[in-house]
Amino acid sequence: MNKEVIKGSQNYIPVEIEDYPTTGWQKFKQVVRRSLGKELFVGLWVVLREMLKFNIHTVQYPEEVLPLPSRYRAVHKLLRLLESGNERCIGCGLCEKICIADCIRMETKEENGRKVVSEYSINLGRCIFCGYCAEVCPELAIVHGSRYENASEQRAHFVLKDDMLTPIDFLKEQKEFDGFGAVSPNADKLIKKTPLAY
Amino acid sequence: MAEVRVTIDGKECIAQEGETLLNIARANGIYIPAICYLNRCSPTLACRLCLVEADGKQVYACNAKAKDGMNVVTTTENIAKERRAIMEVYDVNHPLECGICDQSGECELQNYTLLENVTEQHYAIRDTYKPVKNWGHIQYDPALCIVCEKCVTVCKDMIGDTALKTVPRGGDPLDKSYKEVMPKDAYAMWNKLNKSLIGTTTGETLDCTSCGECTAVCPVGALVGTDFKWSSNAWELQKIPSTCAHCSVGCQIYYEVKHISIENNDKKIYRVTNEPHFATLCGAGRYGYDFENRGAKKEPKSLEKAVQALKSAKTIVFNSQITNEEALILQKLKEKLGLKLVNPEAYQYKEFLSVYSKISGKSLYSGDLNTVRKSNFVISVGSALKTDSPNSRYAFNNAIKMNKGAGIYFHPVKDPIIDGLSKNVIQINHQPYEEIEALKWILIQFGKDIPETISAKLDISQFQEKYLGEDFQTKLEKLLKKKDKFSLIVGADLYGAKNWQDIAEVVGLIDLYTDFSVVIIPSDTNTLGVIQICELDRSGEAPRVGYNEKGDFTFSALGDGDFDIPALNQQEGTFVNIDKRVVPLNVALPYGGYTLNDVANEILDNPKQWTIDYTSELFKKVDFDSLPNEFLNSGEENRGYILDIDEVEREEPTFHLANNEPPKLGSSVIYLANPVLQFNRFTNKAHQLSESGGLYISPEYSEKFGIKEGQLVRIATKYGSLKTKAIVDNKIVGEICYLPTFDKHLNARKLFDSYRFIQAKISKV
Repeated sequence: MNKEVIKGSQNYIPVEIEDYPTTGWQKFKQVVRRSLGKELFVGLWVVLREMLKFNIHTVQYPEEVLPLPSRYRAVHKLLRLLESGNERCIGCGLCEKICIADCIRMETKEENGRKVVSEYSINLGRCIFCGYCAEVCPELAIVHGSRYENASEQRAHFVLKDDMLTPIDFLKEQKEFDGFGAVSPNADKLIKKTPLAY
Repeated sequence: MAEVRVTIDGKECIAQEGETLLNIARANGIYIPAICYLNRCSPTLACRLCLVEADGKQVYACNAKAKDGMNVVTTTENIAKERRAIMEVYDVNHPLECGICDQSGECELQNYTLLENVTEQHYAIRDTYKPVKNWGHIQYDPALCIVCEKCVTVCKDMIGDTALKTVPRGGDPLDKSYKEVMPKDAYAMWNKLNKSLIGTTTGETLDCTSCGECTAVCPVGALVGTDFKWSSNAWELQKIPSTCAHCSVGCQIYYEVKHISIENNDKKIYRVTNEPHFATLCGAGRYGYDFENRGAKKEPKSLEKAVQALKSAKTIVFNSQITNEEALILQKLKEKLGLKLVNPEAYQYKEFLSVYSKISGKSLYSGDLNTVRKSNFVISVGSALKTDSPNSRYAFNNAIKMNKGAGIYFHPVKDPIIDGLSKNVIQINHQPYEEIEALKWILIQFGKDIPETISAKLDISQFQEKYLGEDFQTKLEKLLKKKDKFSLIVGADLYGAKNWQDIAEVVGLIDLYTDFSVVIIPSDTNTLGVIQICELDRSGEAPRVGYNEKGDFTFSALGDGDFDIPALNQQEGTFVNIDKRVVPLNVALPYGGYTLNDVANEILDNPKQWTIDYTSELFKKVDFDSLPNEFLNSGEENRGYILDIDEVEREEPTFHLANNEPPKLGSSVIYLANPVLQFNRFTNKAHQLSESGGLYISPEYSEKFGIKEGQLVRIATKYGSLKTKAIVDNKIVGEICYLPTFDKHLNARKLFDSYRFIQAKISKV
């Protein structure tokens, strides 16, 4: 290992790594040292010590779940408007169009003078969780959720409209999505205002 | 017409005199923006985007006629400013609902907004409340409307219904201070736009022939089909170019196809579209698309039965809703099995055309709908144009509107739509069987150098006295001023008349001795193809095989026969249309069963893999796959190929019925015709056009005889009688009622002989 000085602003800590053995004699020496020296017992001792101290770092899944970053892309969710509880999805079909795995399909129709989405499905067997659908969605309606446990008898159990849509009684628990496609914090500053006559 | 040379943006273009700059530019691939201009219609001058500089002067390219040596620049600094301002104005208060708009990106407003790079808005006005209007097949959302008036223009200049007009918008006037700061044309355009919206000419509801062409021309999503609304985005639909299967005009259409639902991957037609700049559709073509034969399967047993039925049959009964290839297969079956081919409608037409050919010396009639469009004096005889051949009516109307033309419409049933076309159309409602008198009148009035042997036999004094009085003569004189291109449209009433031979002879003589180009409307979709491919017989004995007709063994594309065959939106093939053009038709929806070709392969010596392997055996040796189906930028129709008109040895007319009095029908007469939007059982199968037929009566008739809508009536002629309900049709006037053929539950044909008029007794039940 050549010991160059690592340039840059970060605080890298150079690690001392000995050179690889090249000749047969060197290799033999390394084996003897590692197997008869204390190296093996160092590891065993650390484990024993921490076990006795009850200082355990293993996450106790499934009782314990790690928090996920907001940009994590797990099974999709369909959100509702927080104020009215109406569905956010307007049925524009952009997610269907942009989906590179071609796994989104929707059915739309007219109802009381509005376009409504009567059916919506994502074929998880084909979804590659790329996140394009959430990014393209102009209404932040289809987003990636945090549920990554996909075990069920059928794939279809995750991805019909009713499974994805926030149940109306859980509206208060719906969290705003701030992954890809979410409104940027400085969005207000980027907008040019249109003159209004009233 | 003289040729002129125009330089547009440095490119020299050759064009006909009188051509507009916009059309010349488009034909030569030079881009000039325009939203409101519609090919083949008069310029609206609503959008003002087509502003160009011709010889240093600003003109509108859609309106300015080319002059020899003109030098045109399509963009200057000032013009660019105008265009940008115009697009900003169009975006004022336009709802930001592109996400759910049915135009789904195929939007001219969106395109031009992006093209003009409208990133900010300088103008504003208070918006008004404009609720969506439901007009039956069509919905109008005024909030989305940019008032380009294309719909108004096409309805007037092309369709002839004039059912739409601009109505006052209401709301605030423009802020006067804009006048100083805005470019001149943009302000003028906004001023006009701010005063109008689109409305109907007949109160709150839309009263028209429901062609839906206004939805086709709408550059934004303001006018959409009610059935299609919000059912699919445009980009999801696969466009399949084909030919409409309902009447002999054979319009080019696109079937737009997508899967039925999330779980059902089978294909479904969502809508039919057309290219409104080049071709116009009627309502039957636009809304009558889902007549497919779904669910047919290949069952070897049924194939065997069909083969047996054909082998033991003596006659095949069929109609002309059939492709050329199928007709050729039937002809081959006839040759192989010694069958008779019976198609009464095509037989009549063939006989009629052959007599015409003998007199005129031409194997096919001389005109087509394009010659009608270009003419300035059009006469129609023997056809209920509005319903028999809507596109012939459009051509008739287009000629009158665009060429300052005039026309005469001879028909026993008075049609208010024809009256509404123009003041320059005279409608003459003669009695049935007087069609020949009308034709003789044309021959006398317009004929040149007619031999005396013929002119001696043309006595029409009675007819003249009855219908062509002095008023008519003075009006005619006015109408005939400056007219030099004449067209005659003759229709299906004539082919089955008892004196059809004489009629055909007179039509032939008109072609020979006058300047009229003649169109003899084929009576069904592919009549013109069938008569050239099949050797038809007058009648045949049982056992009969019916091909889309009732027989002892029935092949049916409606799915109600003994053997399933594909409907015309499920197969490849060709038609010969009214323009004598062989046009291709493509598969919009898959078909799972056997075709006629599969059956024929079991019988004929040279099996073919596909039905379209027969295409090259038709009129010209051209493969199906090399048939084009498109329109060029110049408006040229590049579809299939046109049949040549051969010279035929001429014969002298015989007029063998001339001295016989034509049969006279009494006062109570019924007519065999279909209502608007219907042609046959297939149009009626379509979910948007599904209705049950009855006796169609005019509002006057209803009042006079006290027969109300929906009331049961009995109709009796010398051939039989039937009971049905009365339906009031406000698109006819007078005492002649009509019975339709589109309803398979109403066998109206059995009341008639070959002629479409018959005396009948109508009584309330």
